[in-house]
Amino acid sequence: MNKRIKLLFSVLMVFSLVVLTACGNNTKDAGDKEIGADGAVKAKIGVISYLTGPGAGYGEAITNGLKLANKELKEAGEVDLELKIEDSAGKQEEALSAAQKLMNSDNVDAIIGPTLSTEMFVVGPEAELNGVPIMGTSNTAEGVPQLGEYVFRNSIPETLAIPASVQKAIEKYDVKKVAILYGNDDVFTKAGYDVMKKVAEDLNLEVVTTETFQLGQSDYKAQLTKIKNLNPDLILASALYNEGAVILDQARKMGLDVPFVGGNGFNSPEVIKIAGEASNGLIVATPWFAHKDDEKVKSFVKNYKEAYGVEPDQFAAQAYDGLYLMAEAVKNAGVADRDEIRDALAAIKDFKGVLGTMSFDEDGDIVMEPTVLIIEGNEYIVFE
Amino acid sequence: MLIEQLINGLTLGSIYVVVALGYTLVFGVLNIVNMGHGEIFMFGAFMGVIVTNSLGLPLYVAFLVAIIVTGILGYFLERFALRPLRGKEGVSHLAPLISTIGVSIFLENAAHHFFGAGNQPFRTSFSELNITIGSTTVYYVQILIFVIAILLMFGLTFWLSKTKAGKALRASAENLAVASLLGVNTKRVITQTVIIASAMGGIAGILVGIAFNSVNPQMGLSFGLKGLAIIILGGLGNVRGAMAGGLILGLSETFLVAYGNSGYRDAIAFIAIIVILIVRPQGLFGTSTSKSKG
Repeated sequence: MNKRIKLLFSVLMVFSLVVLTACGNNTKDAGDKEIGADGAVKAKIGVISYLTGPGAGYGEAITNGLKLANKELKEAGEVDLELKIEDSAGKQEEALSAAQKLMNSDNVDAIIGPTLSTEMFVVGPEAELNGVPIMGTSNTAEGVPQLGEYVFRNSIPETLAIPASVQKAIEKYDVKKVAILYGNDDVFTKAGYDVMKKVAEDLNLEVVTTETFQLGQSDYKAQLTKIKNLNPDLILASALYNEGAVILDQARKMGLDVPFVGGNGFNSPEVIKIAGEASNGLIVATPWFAHKDDEKVKSFVKNYKEAYGVEPDQFAAQAYDGLYLMAEAVKNAGVADRDEIRDALAAIKDFKGVLGTMSFDEDGDIVMEPTVLIIEGNEYIVFE
Repeated sequence: MLIEQLINGLTLGSIYVVVALGYTLVFGVLNIVNMGHGEIFMFGAFMGVIVTNSLGLPLYVAFLVAIIVTGILGYFLERFALRPLRGKEGVSHLAPLISTIGVSIFLENAAHHFFGAGNQPFRTSFSELNITIGSTTVYYVQILIFVIAILLMFGLTFWLSKTKAGKALRASAENLAVASLLGVNTKRVITQTVIIASAMGGIAGILVGIAFNSVNPQMGLSFGLKGLAIIILGGLGNVRGAMAGGLILGLSETFLVAYGNSGYRDAIAFIAIIVILIVRPQGLFGTSTSKSKG
């Protein structure tokens, strides 16, 4: 018995040695920065993504988006990017060691990722220290771009999405009075409420009442009857789609027909499945809308579907645009130099991607108009 | 607005009443709190979803299917979670409580597995029908729910006090051993009671479905807890107490939202319990003699 374990152990040791040497071979060509024979600017981009574990779906979408973008960029021939993909497993320490490997032994010129905001909070300062430009394509937490001069992101936070949808709804429906309804036992819906309250104050809207509910509640009729009698022009509802869809259903049944504005948690096709007809009139803002009438979006969706068999989600689209932004910076810098790429990234203005028209502000945060959607005829369409 | 909120409160209260009746019936006979009742109620609601939404059949079929399925679940609950523990040496009186908690966990996860985690829609054209009197809109559903609650209460009172089966049930509630000596088939009485209580849970599930159009695997817990609060409020094992407690809770929750702060809505049931337990520990309709039962 004991002997067998020993044998197994030594076989494993030999095997892992072989694997380790194989890994070592990959990194030998570090540091060659030159312009290729065909005039394309060569650069090495490190990618840190959540590829194993419960959130592996995000990492898969992100790397799919990146690979598709890289294939198209290679065909276009202006830049020649090499992607070095590392797994973070959604963990801070693994993200950090992946980042150190990319920066110090692979000598990448820039990094895309990591997937989670918590990971970015440890990787961002390290990149800043090493002077490597880094761009998050899926981090929405407060404070990510403020981590340093070299830290960027192209994913819009909730604080930007809600004001955009409220603003559009106000213009369209001439709103004066709003009612606010939110789930007070969930961090996400509570944060959405804080944004809604601030938006209502900033836009000088009269808040007729603020009502709350709890996760999993069934009966919203008391709150809705109260709201109905106060006659608001618009209802701001910070709810997750599960409760939100039921709220819409009960509201429409009692004849409360004013439009609703929801946060990102309310933005799901499930709303239509649960509430049916009653979901019409729900307005949400989203960074990514796959059915937008736009050439770029259409060809991206088509190519993505051909390559991976599914429709690209928000994470794939943000990663896709992320690499395009990076490529634009590499092209404008003209040389694979970390500082030059950082400056070129910061200087990007009105870049057209599949998400929309993007620029960076002085912090390195994305500036773009999110797409505002409304449910009409039981489907999401662009709200104009 | 006052009348509309009153109707909202009565609707919610009536549903609470039907849920609480199921608890009170089991408690009255077996002196145990059936923690699985909320989940049986949830299964009833899902039967409604399947019948009306997936199969597109009319509402009365949903009632029938829900009653049958929850009745069967009640039978299994009694057969596998309660009967093996009854009358055994050394079984703690808390054991049935724990085994029904087990049933509730099992049923919630089963529902999660079969029906998915999210809310399911309950589609029936009946929930749209309404009459408008002045500025107030009343839905037939709301009237139906109220009528069903009243009918169930009177039916149950009549059954308990006037029929032979009801008398056997009350005799068993008084003292199992003596009832059995006097020729009451106590095993059958108990099974029958749990089945009837569960079927009432099924009815309540359908009522929630048509009233609120919100059916999910977690709903059993919140309604179950409210049901427990109501029977403590109204007096354990007391039918009229369950009725009064349910309506009081439904109305006070609704009016708290309408005229106060909606954040305290769920707190009111438990505040009421604390007050009642201090002022009238036996509950609104409970009698202190019921203590001698145990």
